[in-house]
Amino acid sequence: MATPVKVHGPPLSTAVSRVLACLIEKDVPFQLIPVNMAKGEHKSPDFLKIQPFGQVPAFQDEAISLFESRAICRYVCEKYAEKGNKGLYGTNPLAKASIDQWVEAEGQSFNPPSSVLVFQLAFAPRMKLKQDESLISQNETKLEKVLEVYEKRLGESRFLAGDEFSLADLSHLPNAHYLVTATDRGEMFTSKKNVGRWWGEISSRDSWKKVVDMQKQST
Amino acid sequence: MAVMKVHGNPFSTSTHRVLACLYEKDVEFQFINVDMGAGQHKSDNFLPLNPFGQVPAFEEGDLKLFESRAITQYISQEYNDKGTQLLLPGSNKTMAVLQLWKEVEAHHFNPPSTKLVFELHYKPIFGMAIDTVVVEESEAELAKVLDVYEARLAQSKYLACDHFTLADLHHLPNVQYLIGSSAKKLFDSRPHVSAWVVDITARPAWSKVLDMQKQKL
Repeated sequence: MATPVKVHGPPLSTAVSRVLACLIEKDVPFQLIPVNMAKGEHKSPDFLKIQPFGQVPAFQDEAISLFESRAICRYVCEKYAEKGNKGLYGTNPLAKASIDQWVEAEGQSFNPPSSVLVFQLAFAPRMKLKQDESLISQNETKLEKVLEVYEKRLGESRFLAGDEFSLADLSHLPNAHYLVTATDRGEMFTSKKNVGRWWGEISSRDSWKKVVDMQKQST
Repeated sequence: MAVMKVHGNPFSTSTHRVLACLYEKDVEFQFINVDMGAGQHKSDNFLPLNPFGQVPAFEEGDLKLFESRAITQYISQEYNDKGTQLLLPGSNKTMAVLQLWKEVEAHHFNPPSTKLVFELHYKPIFGMAIDTVVVEESEAELAKVLDVYEARLAQSKYLACDHFTLADLHHLPNVQYLIGSSAKKLFDSRPHVSAWVVDITARPAWSKVLDMQKQKL
């Protein structure tokens, strides 16, 4: 029996939950190792050895130590290609190129504005930090433009990279989940016909429901 | 095999990223200029190639791609046997290390360096006033990233391993503009980073990208 892989970080972290969703889709056993960020554990010398930017997640299996959630996801998909959801990262070079394209779009266009909004609208109030209205407004405008592109794309294609759920859709789950369930800006997704349909499909996957359970149990 | 087409602009850093890859791989391609001054990248003709209305866009037969880092990954894999080896084939482990440093460029280096390139390189050209607050904050952010690079490059000749790969190549466009600006000091003050910058910007394939820009002036 293979040793479970290790993921360091709290399930509430968007980047950690991205990796957890991927591991569950691929049916890869893992051990979640808590990192007490309130106590600054992610900036400790020991942690910086496995993540030099002092962020979560960090990942280890018997072969390698990795960070950057999207790199971890790709590694898991390649190494465990025959396990779980085999098509998650495509089964041929063209499918993979399309998935890579939309993972990049998520990382470059969707993630920056949605991350700011998740922090400002979902986390800051809980941490009793003051919200920055102008930052919220600027990033809502940016995210709206991105979601307009998605609305058009998802009218032509069931999922972002093609007919099947892929790493590209999965990559969006963490930030979109908080925006839809923990802020009053969820309608940016749910009021759009195609984005709303897509959100409903991807967020109701068993793998994501399990990640959400892990998040609830950790509070 | 259908000829590869790159739709882009000679002054766009994302376009440079793809061109650098094509020159390193020594493959034939056709460059199609997108007149951004005339708003061509937002036109109905162009949006099917890149729905975000950005450059570059790429075509090879029926394959259409956007996002420079997805394009370079595709080209490097498809033409693995040609030109410079830009990947780390061999095992999932080696490919993962490459992916990791590509992500570091995309998520840690790119955001602050892109802001600095806009402030220090493009704004003067367009006659726009520089926002000194953005410059200060972005330089501070980039300095922290370059500290991680300094430690990494003390142990490894290039970011992912002992040879030049996509992980290094992806930095070239922003690095080139920044070393021509007041932000040069961030690189010069870190010996391993500085040596790496000198090395990667001197590559013949990169000189071809710079030549293309000179021809368009």
